[in-house]
Amino acid sequence: MIDVLIEPWEFAFMQRALLAASFAAVVCSVVGVFVVLRGMAFMGDAVAHSSLAGMSVAYFFGGSVFWGAFAWAVPASLAITYISRRANVRLDTAIGIIFASGFAVGIILMSQVSNYTADLFGLLFGNVLGVSWGEVALIGLVAGGVLLVITALYKELLFTAYDATMSAASGIPVRFMQYLLPLLVGITTVASLKAVGIVLVLALLVTPAATATLLARRLPGIITFSVVIGLISTVAGLYLSFHADLPTGPSIVVVATGLFLAALLFSPSKGVVWQAWRSSPLPQE
Amino acid sequence: MTTEPTTDTTKTAPALAVRDLWAGYNGKPVLEAVNLNIDQGDMVGIIGPNGSGKSTLIKTILGLIKPLRGEISILGKEGSPERHLVGYTPQTELVDWDFPVTVADVALMGRYSRRGLFRRTTVEDREAADASLELVKMFDLRDRLIGELSGGQRRRVLLARAMAHNPKLLLLDEPMAGLDATAQHQLLDLLDELRGKGATVVLSTHDLSCVSSRCDKAACLNRRLIAFGKPSEVLNEQVLGETFGTHLLMVHLDGQAYAYQHHVHTEGSEVIETNLPDGHSHAERTLL
Repeated sequence: MIDVLIEPWEFAFMQRALLAASFAAVVCSVVGVFVVLRGMAFMGDAVAHSSLAGMSVAYFFGGSVFWGAFAWAVPASLAITYISRRANVRLDTAIGIIFASGFAVGIILMSQVSNYTADLFGLLFGNVLGVSWGEVALIGLVAGGVLLVITALYKELLFTAYDATMSAASGIPVRFMQYLLPLLVGITTVASLKAVGIVLVLALLVTPAATATLLARRLPGIITFSVVIGLISTVAGLYLSFHADLPTGPSIVVVATGLFLAALLFSPSKGVVWQAWRSSPLPQE
Repeated sequence: MTTEPTTDTTKTAPALAVRDLWAGYNGKPVLEAVNLNIDQGDMVGIIGPNGSGKSTLIKTILGLIKPLRGEISILGKEGSPERHLVGYTPQTELVDWDFPVTVADVALMGRYSRRGLFRRTTVEDREAADASLELVKMFDLRDRLIGELSGGQRRRVLLARAMAHNPKLLLLDEPMAGLDATAQHQLLDLLDELRGKGATVVLSTHDLSCVSSRCDKAACLNRRLIAFGKPSEVLNEQVLGETFGTHLLMVHLDGQAYAYQHHVHTEGSEVIETNLPDGHSHAERTLL
C-alpha cells in the first residue's frame, strides 16, 4: 500500500509535475473564488482559449510558449473588460469575440507546423509530466505574484466584488479594481496552462471554488477550503494518472469534479441529501 | 426657505448645500439647476417619480457622478466630498445578498474608507463596526450571513455600515422600499435616534406619508427641484401635481396629508402611492 503512495515521487518528472500542478491549483483555487462569486467563469475560459494565438506565435518562431500565452492573455483580459465597459457590447458578447478570434488565429498558425496534431494536443490539454525545472520555477513565480497582489488588496477586492457603488463612495479605486481582477484571472490561467491545458483550465478555476462555497460560509473559509480541495485534486489526480496511466490534466479535473459532486450531495449545511432528509417529514397532502 | 450660512465653520454651515447643480449621464443632464440648503440635524425626504433624479442627486453628492455644472458643499467644505463626513446606503436591490459575508463583515466595510490601500483593518475599526451594529440593534446577529436576514434587518446592516465611520451626513437611497409598516416605523425611529446624536439624514422615498409625518423638510424633485420646505407647506396638490406630472388629489386624515392619483382603469380608480392607512380604502373611493 505504502509503495503505491511513494513510488510516483521516485521519478523526477513526477516531482516536477507535482510542484507545477500544485502551484497552479493553489492560485486557481484562490482566484477562482472571486471568479465564482462575480460570475466570471467564462472570462477565464475565453482568456485561456484566446491565448492559443500567443502560444502558437511563440511556438511558430521558436520562443517560449509560456511568455507567448502571457503576452496574449494580459491584453486579452484587459480588452474584454474595456469592451464591456466602454463600447455598447455586453460582457458575454465581448468574451465570445475574444474567445473565438484568438483561438482561430492560434489554430491557423499551428496548422502551418508539420507535426500539428501532436503539439496542438499538448497545448490544449496540458503536458505537466513534461514540465522542466525552469518552467516549475516560472509557474511558482507567477502564481506567487498573483497571490501577493490578492493578499495586499484583499479588502479592496472583497469590497468591490461585493458592492462596487459603495466601495467607490468609500474612495476605493473601483475602476482599477475592475480591471485588476480580470487581469489576475488572465495571468492565473496562463500559469495553469502547462498543468491542465487550455480546454480544462476552466475546471481548475471554477470547480474547487464552487465546491468550497458549498462547504464554508464566509469568504476566508471558502478560500481556505478551495485551496485544500484544489491541492487534494492535484495530488489525487497525479496518483490516478500515474497508476492508471491516464492523462494528467483530465485526471486532476475528474477528481475535482468528484469532490464537487460529493459536496453537492453531502455538504453538512447545503448538501442535497441532508436537505431532502430534513424536509421529508412534511405531512403528505 | 432656509437660512444662508453666516460663517463657514462646520458648526454653523449647512449640512449640505447644493448650488445650481446640473448632473446626469453621458453629458445629458438628469438634474437641472438644483439648489438645496439642508440644515444640520434635519431629516429631509426627497420625493419624486421614477427617473426624477433622486438617485442621481445622491450619487452626485457622494462624488460618484461628476456634476456638469454647479457646486456641492458638505458642512461648508467644497470640492470632492470628504469620505468620513458622509455615510451612504444604496438601494437594496443593488446589493448582492448572496455574497458570503456576515453582518459583522459588512459593518466593517464601513471603516475601509479610513484605511488606505494595502492596509488591514485594526482593532479600533472592529470596535467601531461593533458599536455601529449595537446602534442599529444588529449586534446579536453579527455572525449571520447577510443572505439570512429579513428586509428590515438588511436595511439595518446597510445603515450600520454607513454609520461605522461616524458620518455627519447620511444619504439613504430608498431606505423604506419593500419594508412593512412596522419595519418602516422602526427604521424611522432609529433614524430619529441617529439625528439626536447630531447626524443629518437625507433619504429618497416614494412614500409621501412618511415624509409628511416624519421629515422636517420635503424636497420635491422632478429633474428640477419643484419645491423644498416644511412638508405641511410644500406637500400640496399643485406641487405634487408638478412633481409627479399627473393630477394628485390630497386627502387629510388625522392631521396628515395623503395623496392619490385618479387613474382611469377598467376596474375604476386606483391609488398609486400606497400611503393611505389601512381601512381607508372605502373612504378614499367615496371621496373620489
